[in-house]
Amino acid sequence: MRVQARFFAAYRELTGASRADVDLPEGATVADLIDTLREQGPSFGALPPKPAVAVNLQYAPPETGLRDGDEVAFIPPVAGG
Amino acid sequence: MPYAEVTADPLDPARLLARVGSPENGAVLLFLGTVRNHADGRSVSGMRYEGYEEMALDVLRRIAEEASERFSTPNLAVTHRLGALDIGEVSVVVAVSSPHRAEAYGASRYVMEEIKRRLPVWKKEFYVEGAPQWVRGTVPPADGSPAPDSGAGDP
Repeated sequence: MRVQARFFAAYRELTGASRADVDLPEGATVADLIDTLREQGPSFGALPPKPAVAVNLQYAPPETGLRDGDEVAFIPPVAGG
Repeated sequence: MPYAEVTADPLDPARLLARVGSPENGAVLLFLGTVRNHADGRSVSGMRYEGYEEMALDVLRRIAEEASERFSTPNLAVTHRLGALDIGEVSVVVAVSSPHRAEAYGASRYVMEEIKRRLPVWKKEFYVEGAPQWVRGTVPPADGSPAPDSGAGDP
């Protein structure tokens, strides 16, 4: 399956990317996606090991299962207001 | 029904106030967040807000609904600004009315505390001297759930 990762604010600057398509085995979780990305090279390797993540616009803990076509956003610490 | 909006356009507090007024409500409360000219002893020249727009609107709607339920204040409206803002510009507006003031204060405070906890918005501070920096933020809850007690207290 393929998911689309999105990076915002400080994470976008860290990775140098705002989006990335990632191929994962069936049954992969958010934690698997993070590990896969972090192993891909120096830029994604700069991501923290346990960033906050949203799957299809909802915050999702690391054990959340992913499905083909999911949008997975990496959410740096928030600073609205 | 509470109202929520995330926009790159300048905010108009009067428009939000007009949305929440009601003959049944004797308390009308307006909160504005503005860009201030200093942070940690440094002179700030401006701020750039970035958001995960689709999700921010979703989360802001949910926060507004939670506040309305917790404090029985359906007459509530909140907008959050994105983009480049100058000093003194309004970045967030919360307007709420209620029969008596306690509910309005509680709901307004709840909305702001939850925005700080979990709205997917970031801001980069620009200084009079030196390179701009992302403002240190708050790690949102892993499941996005509201705080059991956000500090807003009971009405």
